[in-house]
Amino acid sequence: MTEVSHMHLDGPRGKKPKKRLSPTNIMIYSTLFVVAAYYLLPLYVMVATSLKGMPEVRLGNIFSPPVDVTFDPWVKAWAEACTGINCEGLSRGFWNSVRITVPSVIASIAIASVNGYALANWRFKGADVFFTILIFGAFIPYQVMIYPMVILLRELGLYGSLWGLVLVHSVFGMPILTLLFRNYFTSLPEELFKAARVDGAGFWRIYLQIMLPMSLPIFVVAMILQVTGIWNDFLFGVIFTKPEFYPMTVQLNNIVNAVQGVKEYNVNMAATLLTGLVPLTIYFISGKLFVRGIAAGAVKG
Amino acid sequence: MSLANSGQGTARRPNKLLRNLPAKIASIPMVLTALVVFVGCTLWTIYHSFTGSRLLPAPEKWVGLDQYERLWGTRRWLVSIENLALYGAGSLIFSLVIGFTLAALLDRKIRGEAVFRTIFLYPFALSFIVTGLAWQWILNPDFGLQSVVQGWGWAGFEFNPLNDRNTVMYGVLIAGLWQGTGFIMIVLLAGLRGIDEDIWKATRIEGIPAWKTYIVVIIPMMRATFVTVLVLIASGIIKVYDLIVAQTSGGPGIASEVPAKYVIERMFQSQNLGQGFAASTMMLLSVLIVLIPWAYLEFGGKKKHD
Amino acid sequence: MIVVRLALEERGQSDISGAFSLHREDIDMRLLRSVLAGTTAFCAAGAVAAAELEVTHWWTSGGEAAAVTEFAKAFNEGTEHTWVDGAIAGGGSTARPIMVSRITGGDPMHATQFNHGRQAEELVEAGLMLDLTDLAEAEGWTDFIHPASLLDSCTLDGRIYCVPVNIHSWQWLWLSHKAYEDAGLDVPSNWGEFIDTAPQLIEAGKVPLAMGQQPWQTAGAFGVLATAIAGVDTWAKVTIDKDASVAAGPEYAKVFQAAAQARELSKDSNVQDWNLATAMVINGQAGGQIMGDWAQGEFAIAGKVAGEDYTCLPGLGVHELISTAGDAFYFPKQDDPEIEAAQLELASTMLSKTAQVAFNLKKGSLPVRGDVDLAAANDCMKKGLAILAEGNIIPSGDQSFSADTATQLEDLMVEFWNDLSMSAEEVQEIYADIIADAD
Repeated sequence: MTEVSHMHLDGPRGKKPKKRLSPTNIMIYSTLFVVAAYYLLPLYVMVATSLKGMPEVRLGNIFSPPVDVTFDPWVKAWAEACTGINCEGLSRGFWNSVRITVPSVIASIAIASVNGYALANWRFKGADVFFTILIFGAFIPYQVMIYPMVILLRELGLYGSLWGLVLVHSVFGMPILTLLFRNYFTSLPEELFKAARVDGAGFWRIYLQIMLPMSLPIFVVAMILQVTGIWNDFLFGVIFTKPEFYPMTVQLNNIVNAVQGVKEYNVNMAATLLTGLVPLTIYFISGKLFVRGIAAGAVKG
Repeated sequence: MSLANSGQGTARRPNKLLRNLPAKIASIPMVLTALVVFVGCTLWTIYHSFTGSRLLPAPEKWVGLDQYERLWGTRRWLVSIENLALYGAGSLIFSLVIGFTLAALLDRKIRGEAVFRTIFLYPFALSFIVTGLAWQWILNPDFGLQSVVQGWGWAGFEFNPLNDRNTVMYGVLIAGLWQGTGFIMIVLLAGLRGIDEDIWKATRIEGIPAWKTYIVVIIPMMRATFVTVLVLIASGIIKVYDLIVAQTSGGPGIASEVPAKYVIERMFQSQNLGQGFAASTMMLLSVLIVLIPWAYLEFGGKKKHD
Repeated sequence: MIVVRLALEERGQSDISGAFSLHREDIDMRLLRSVLAGTTAFCAAGAVAAAELEVTHWWTSGGEAAAVTEFAKAFNEGTEHTWVDGAIAGGGSTARPIMVSRITGGDPMHATQFNHGRQAEELVEAGLMLDLTDLAEAEGWTDFIHPASLLDSCTLDGRIYCVPVNIHSWQWLWLSHKAYEDAGLDVPSNWGEFIDTAPQLIEAGKVPLAMGQQPWQTAGAFGVLATAIAGVDTWAKVTIDKDASVAAGPEYAKVFQAAAQARELSKDSNVQDWNLATAMVINGQAGGQIMGDWAQGEFAIAGKVAGEDYTCLPGLGVHELISTAGDAFYFPKQDDPEIEAAQLELASTMLSKTAQVAFNLKKGSLPVRGDVDLAAANDCMKKGLAILAEGNIIPSGDQSFSADTATQLEDLMVEFWNDLSMSAEEVQEIYADIIADAD
């Protein structure tokens, strides 16, 4: 995974392009445009559908742009869509996701960064064994561990609470984050660490005064990775929480599947877009850092 | 772990147990996660897969291999395995082919590379739930692609993969590829950029066409990247769950069921924990089959890198 | 329960008087309370003993939501406690796992729906549910709950652990008058006629049989066909005695043939959810649907009138009988005596005459009390009540099969229903295998 987290995407290395439009170039660009259309199509269809009224959805085709642009589906998806007799829309799920994501991200990064630092600079015998187990653990299907985790949380008295879910996210985020931080701290010049030791600085002082200030990029990467990963989680949200605390993804699936009378596709698409908005925003803002974060996190799956 | 010799970069202080104490404290979460969750929970599940646990775990009801016998005699499990194999093969092949093609095209010094990259990768930021629902809508036979094409005059046009049990997995595959190939492309693009420019110069002087250079020279040089990509794809495949839940709910019939869904439903819906544990143990086994050769290739020869 | 009792006594009469006196109170009194609803609700917030009870259920379709609101209203207005709604969408098969894992996970809700029968069996055995026996004896549940088998399903070792709230029967064929009028046909009066007229319906561009493709729907429809075609005795041998040889035998072969026929007639119904299938019947796209009496709620919401816009045939018009499936509420044990008192009040409220009538009228199901007046009931409900009064009842699949067996059968049925290449013989063989292993 190391080569991925340090990959460089700038500067094309292929053959120098010819100045004029050669047949090769036409082929390359037309292929790229066709593929780009395939990738953009769903986003376009979702946006178009979400801005139409239901009569228009039923009559028109999904590719036609909305004639009568209406934001009602968005309002409804956010504030009025029902599951059962709760008609609060997705807003509740949104705030739940925020309340789950923020502490989970902070807790998991705090734990993993200190841990990665210990592994990189303060290695003790046996640490590698646990680290190896941890990394291999990242490949164990969650289904294997879910039920015993339910029991663990019950014994801790955390089952069904937000904190229980925060703990689950911290635990399952640990392998990749620890790996990320360990690799990063290992790559820092060792002289810095040694000099600080000579000055008599201890574990925590070195971490806080030397390592932390130098590690902003990796913290940003870890944050992107965790925010998108936790925001997009469905399985843990559905197993380890109760309806009151359902994250946005779970609530989205519920709203779309709780049919009353007619399916309101426009509201469904608005709800779907709303749920995707946070990770999409992070993606478009953070660009290259996002790629690094996700690349590092893909092991987690 | 307490009787430690010091590693590199570690202070050498004489007292043994307390030496390096802050590091040990900092590692407690890792140790607990590794031992309690990854090892403990996994062993717990494996043990209980040999029991007749129903709604509640019943360690005393030992039934031997009964759960596994029933598992492999259950049509839905067999269908799930077949689907996983199909989805797995499909996503492996198409992710690699499409991902590599796109990466190679983007590596041709084209204009607007950043824009294309952004477009190909954005679906990766979306959850499988969002992906599944979006494609469910596009593939909706009454309003989606099919009806649009029919509306253009091809009245006989049929493209309704999600409602046909023979094609539903391809419908899921289309959505899965849409979500994931962009990322594979990015990793492979990084691999391509890591190839020495001189290689290209040399082949150009030799007059070898570009496509042939890729196949004969470049791809073999990118072995490490491909192994990484393979592991990434494979570990994603086994976890397919949300996408199915959102897009097809396993239907039509049981035609798009997958093992992960079987496990969850046996455990929580059929109130048959033992059966769910047996199925999840089989999932673990299949992961090991992929993982062990990879670990051997990656770490087997040389010593583990630090 | 002794513990509960003591706790209640310690808390003094004021708190629990509500729980024990509801059934004695006149309906007038309850009405008076309803009138005072607004004030009570406001006072409740400040009252010391007021509890918020989280109630989980999977009633999310239009008719269902309207019905459960009646319970919430009765509880909020009739007691000083508050109903906190915990609806879980996606049907019972989605909701039950969440409920079960919350109870076993040590985060129990205060009351939860299950289908009465064996779904919560192990939870009761594990001692996770509140014992309601004392309340039941004080209120005389055995005197008014009809049929008695409903209470039996709630009973384990002589103790009562749940409150049946309605009787739902699966055995109904819902027919769209509009569809048959459009095709120029008379509305059929039994399954045989329905089959005979199907080709003409297809010609008129209708789907003869609407069928949602969630597993429980196909499995339920099969059960209905089995009772109607093989007869109750044969059905009982398979479902209750779990006799695999009967399931593999010639009587059942006819059922599977009929199921294959029904599958053929429903192959153009392109919907997942049961209420969307019902909607096809409501708007005349489909001729009919085999569905439980909860479908009635959807007809009611759409403003359709039984006998004018749609016809309902109990037992598919072949054997007029109904199964006593239904919903029951369980009350997971809590450590808090105040909460327990409120739970008992809720149990009592759900069985009160007014709540039973209001709830069941909206839900389209039959009340569990034999002593309420359902003058407002529509034609279909009256048919059901008459069958119930005659005692033509059978236990439901939920009461006979464990969740494990039930889901195996559901998996099989939904596969059969969606795979036209799967023959009736093939599915019968697998079905018999599952019955042989059933518990």
